[in-house]
Amino acid sequence: QVSAALKEGRVTPGELCQRCLALIKSTRFLNAYITVAEETALKQAEESEKRYKRGQPLGVLDGIPVAVKDNFNTAGIETTCASNMLKGYISPYNATVVQKLLDQGAVLLGKTNLDEFAMGSGSTDGVFGPVRNPWSYSRQYKEKSVPKSHSEDEESNWVITGGSSGGSAAAVSSFTCFAALGSDTGGSTRNPAAHCGVVGLKPTYGLISRHGLIPLVNSMDVPGILTRCVDDAAIVLGSLAGHDPKDSTTIQDNFKPFELPDLPDVSKLSIGIPKEYQAPGLSSEILALWSKAADLFKNAGAKVIEVSLPHTRYSIVCYHVLCTAEVASNMARFDGLEYGHRSEVNKSTESMYAATRREGFNDVVRGRILSGNYFLLKQNYENYFVKAQKVRRLIANDFLKVFGSGVDILLTPTTLSDAAPYMEFIKEDNRTRSAQDDILTQAANMAGLPAINVPTALSERGLPIGLQLIGRSFQEKQLLTVAKWFEKQVKFPVIQLEEVKRHNHDVFQHQKSASFS
Amino acid sequence: LAPWIPVVGLEIHAQISSNSKLFSGSQVQFAAPPNSLVSFFDASLPGTLPVLNRRCVEAAVMTGLALNCSINKKSLFDRKHYFYADLPAGYQITQQRVPIAVNGSLSYSLCVDNKMSQMVTKTVRIKQIQLEQDSGKSLHDDTRSQTLVDLNRAGVGLMEVVMEPDMCCGEEAAAAVRELQLILQTLGSSQAVMAEGQLRVDANVSVHHSGEPYGVRTEVKNINSLRFLAKAVDYEIQRQIEELENGGTILNETRAFDSKLGCTVPMRDKEGKQNYRFMPEPNLPPLILYDAKSLPANMDHQQVVNIDWIHERLPDLPSVKRVKLVERYGILPEHSFALLNEDGLTEFFENVVKQTQMKPKKVIGWILNVLLSYLKQHSLTVKESPVSSVLLADLLNLLEKKEISSTAAKQVLAELWKGEGKTPLEIVKEKKLELIQDQKELEQICQAVIDGQENEVIMMVLG
Repeated sequence: QVSAALKEGRVTPGELCQRCLALIKSTRFLNAYITVAEETALKQAEESEKRYKRGQPLGVLDGIPVAVKDNFNTAGIETTCASNMLKGYISPYNATVVQKLLDQGAVLLGKTNLDEFAMGSGSTDGVFGPVRNPWSYSRQYKEKSVPKSHSEDEESNWVITGGSSGGSAAAVSSFTCFAALGSDTGGSTRNPAAHCGVVGLKPTYGLISRHGLIPLVNSMDVPGILTRCVDDAAIVLGSLAGHDPKDSTTIQDNFKPFELPDLPDVSKLSIGIPKEYQAPGLSSEILALWSKAADLFKNAGAKVIEVSLPHTRYSIVCYHVLCTAEVASNMARFDGLEYGHRSEVNKSTESMYAATRREGFNDVVRGRILSGNYFLLKQNYENYFVKAQKVRRLIANDFLKVFGSGVDILLTPTTLSDAAPYMEFIKEDNRTRSAQDDILTQAANMAGLPAINVPTALSERGLPIGLQLIGRSFQEKQLLTVAKWFEKQVKFPVIQLEEVKRHNHDVFQHQKSASFS
Repeated sequence: LAPWIPVVGLEIHAQISSNSKLFSGSQVQFAAPPNSLVSFFDASLPGTLPVLNRRCVEAAVMTGLALNCSINKKSLFDRKHYFYADLPAGYQITQQRVPIAVNGSLSYSLCVDNKMSQMVTKTVRIKQIQLEQDSGKSLHDDTRSQTLVDLNRAGVGLMEVVMEPDMCCGEEAAAAVRELQLILQTLGSSQAVMAEGQLRVDANVSVHHSGEPYGVRTEVKNINSLRFLAKAVDYEIQRQIEELENGGTILNETRAFDSKLGCTVPMRDKEGKQNYRFMPEPNLPPLILYDAKSLPANMDHQQVVNIDWIHERLPDLPSVKRVKLVERYGILPEHSFALLNEDGLTEFFENVVKQTQMKPKKVIGWILNVLLSYLKQHSLTVKESPVSSVLLADLLNLLEKKEISSTAAKQVLAELWKGEGKTPLEIVKEKKLELIQDQKELEQICQAVIDGQENEVIMMVLG
C-alpha cells in the first residue's frame, strides 16, 4: 500500500524516510540498529522523489525504506558483524543483494544488530549488546504480564527477539522500515520472525546470491527476507533472486519474479505434518496452535496427512559438526593483517595473530573455531566431518521422499515457545540455546529447502507465535501462495506500540497489517 | 659394500599463463608495483567468493593431455589451511581429493657419458596435475624485525605437476624438468621461466639398498635453476649416503638448497608435521569437463570445457617436432635435440635453410658448432644475435658457390659479429678473401712464392 501511496504522491519518499529515521531514534532502546545511515538515506530518498516527480519510479521498491543485517557488506557504511574484529570496518563493495535493492531505488536506513558473526539464536551475543523485542513494549504484552514485585518495571521484563537476525526482525516489527534483510543458516531469519511477529522467508539455497554476505556456513547460508506480510516478501524476493556470476553456487536457470494470486486456493494441495517436529520442549500452546492450523487447511479442502522425517533428531548434532568446521575455516582470514582489528602485540607474526583473534572474537566464536578445527584434524575428519555429511544426505533424502510421495508443503512450528525474557534466556549458554532453539528450523538448511515463518497468533503472554511452512526446492511461488492463504486465514494482530502511535501515520493506520505492496 | 640406489621424485609448480588469476579478475603480471594487482577476493575481504577462470582450466587440460594423463571429467576443490602472512584467507584453494589429471608420463632424453652422439630416452610417471592458488610473497626484513607482504602473486593460478620417484640423479631430474619446460612453453600453458618464479621445483630425495624398502626422504626447496636442481639433488644424495654410512639416520625434513655453498641445509621456518585440516571448498561446485560424447546438445559452449576440442588443437610437442626435423632435414637426433633446446634456434636454422643452397646437413654444423658457441661465449640469446639468418645464409651461399674457402668464411663471420651492418660480400671484397678461380693467376702466385724462396726450394728438391 505504501508503494501505491508513493506513486500517487500521497506521501513522498523524503517524508517516509524521515518518519522512519525519527521512529528509529525514538525506539533506540530496542537496540535494533548498529549503524543508522541518516545522510545517505536522505540522499537516496531525495533521488527517489525526483524519479517519482518525473513519473519514472524504478519499481515497486523505489523509495521504500529498508534495513540490512550487519553481516552484509555495504560500501561506505560500517559493517561489523557485531564483532570487535570488524569494528570500524568500512567495506569497499556492496553485497549483491544490497546492490540489487539500491538499484531498485530502495532507501537503506542502516545496519541491524545480530549475534556476533550470526552465531546464536537470541541476538544477545553481539558486541553492541542485545536486541529487545518490540513486543516487550506492546500493549498486548503489558496487559498480560504479571509484575512479580513492586520494584520490578518493564525494564527487566523485556523479551528477546530470537536470532541471529534479531535486529532486522525488530526493525520490521517496530515499523522503522518496510523490509529487512537477514541471513538464515540454521533458522536465523525464521526464528526472530516468529518471536517478533513478522514474516521471515528463507529462500532455496542457490536462489539468491551470497556474494557480500559474510559467511557462517557457506554450504547452508542464505540471505533471508523479513517483511510485515507475505506479498511484500514475494516482491523483495523478485528483486533479489537470480543467477550471480560472482557466486558460483547460484543456479544458472533464469528466475522469473512472480505475483501471488489475490485469492489463493489450497484445496488441491497435500499438507504434510512431520511427527518428529513434535519435539521435546514444544509448548502445549504451540502444539495446539499447530493442530488448529492443520484443521484450517483440512476445512479448506486440502489433504492433511502425517508424515515422517526420521532423521530429524540427528540434525542438531550433524549441524554442529559441519557448522563449526566451516566456521573454523571461514574465520581463518581474520588475522589483523589486511583489515579489521589488529592487536598491539607485535613480538612475532604468530603472537600478533593469537592476540588479535583473542581480542577480536567473543567466546562463542572462539569456541566454534576450536571445535571446528578439532573435527577437521586429519585423524578426526572421517569420523566427524565425513560422517556428518553422510547424515546430512540422509536428512535431505527424508524430505525428498516425503515431497516425492505427493506432499506439497510441510506445516510445522517455528519455535518451541514464545519469546523468553532476556534474564531467563541468558541463564543458559549460547551453545545450549542454539541447540534447543534450532531444532525446528535447522533441517531446512541442511536440505537447502525454502521455508517461511508466518505470524499466527498471540500466546497467553501476549507474544507472537509463528508457524513454519517448508516447500520444495525452488518452488517459492507455491510456498508463498500457501503462506499468503494462511496469513489471510489467521489475521495476526497488529502490534500496538506507543511510539508508533505517536508517529501517527496515514500508512500505519487503517490497515490490518501494514505493508508496502 | 652394497651399492646405494638413489630415488628422486619432483613436485613442480608451474604458473599458468593467463590474463587473470585463478579465482579472481585481477591481472597476472611479473614485477608490478607491490600490492597493485590485488582484488577484494585476493585480499580475502570477508564476503568475497571464488569464481573459476576458464583459461586456467584449459591450460591444465592441455598440459594433462600433453603428458598423456587421464583427464578427470569431474574434479573437486579443497581448502588447505595454515597460517602465514602471505596467505590472506588462512587457507589455499587446491585439489587434494580429486585433481584434474592423473596417471600420465613424460619422456626425456639424456646424453650418455656427456657424448651428444649417444642419447638415451627415459620416462618418468606423472602422478597427477592439480590446479591451485599461488601465495603472495613475503620478504623478511630482519634488521627492522618486520615482514613485508606483497599480495600481487596471491591467487595466481598454478599447475602442480607431481613426478613419481622414477629418477635416480640430478642429471635425470634436470633433463625431465627441462623437457617439461619445453612442453609447457610449446603449449603456452605456462611461460615456465624459472628465474621469474614461473616454474618452481621441489625435489624429494632418498637412498636405499637394492631389495630393501625405500629410505626416509627429504624435501629440497629453494632451487632456482636447472643447474642448481642437478647440484642440489646430487649433493643431497651424497649427504644421505655419507650420513647413513656413518651410522646416522635421515630425518623426514625439509631442506633448503644454498646455491652459494652448494649444499642443502635444514629449513628453520618449516614446522614438523602440519595438519592442514583439508575441507571441501563449499563455494565451488565440482568442476565438470566434457568430451564430444558427453557434451549435452543444448549446452552453451561458452560455459563448458570440451576435452576433445582441446585435444584436436594441441600443437606439435617437442618430441614430435624433433622427429619431424630429422625427417625433413636429414639431421641427426642429437642435432634436433640441440635445436629445440635453445629458444629460437630451430626457427633460425629453418630460415637459413630456406635462404641457402647449402644442404641442411651442412648448415647444421654452422648453426650448432659456430653460431651457438659464439652466442654462448657472449651470453646472448638467439634473438640477440648480431648475425641474422639472412646474413648467415648469404655467407653460406658464398661458401657453397666456392667463392670463398671455409677458413675465409670463418673470418667473415668474425667480422659479421661486430654487427657493423656490412654484408658478407662486402667483407669478402674488403679483405680480399675471394677464392681465386683463374688458373693463370694461381700459377703466377705460386711462381712468385717459389721465386721468393729459392733456397728452400733447392733444399726441398735435393731431399
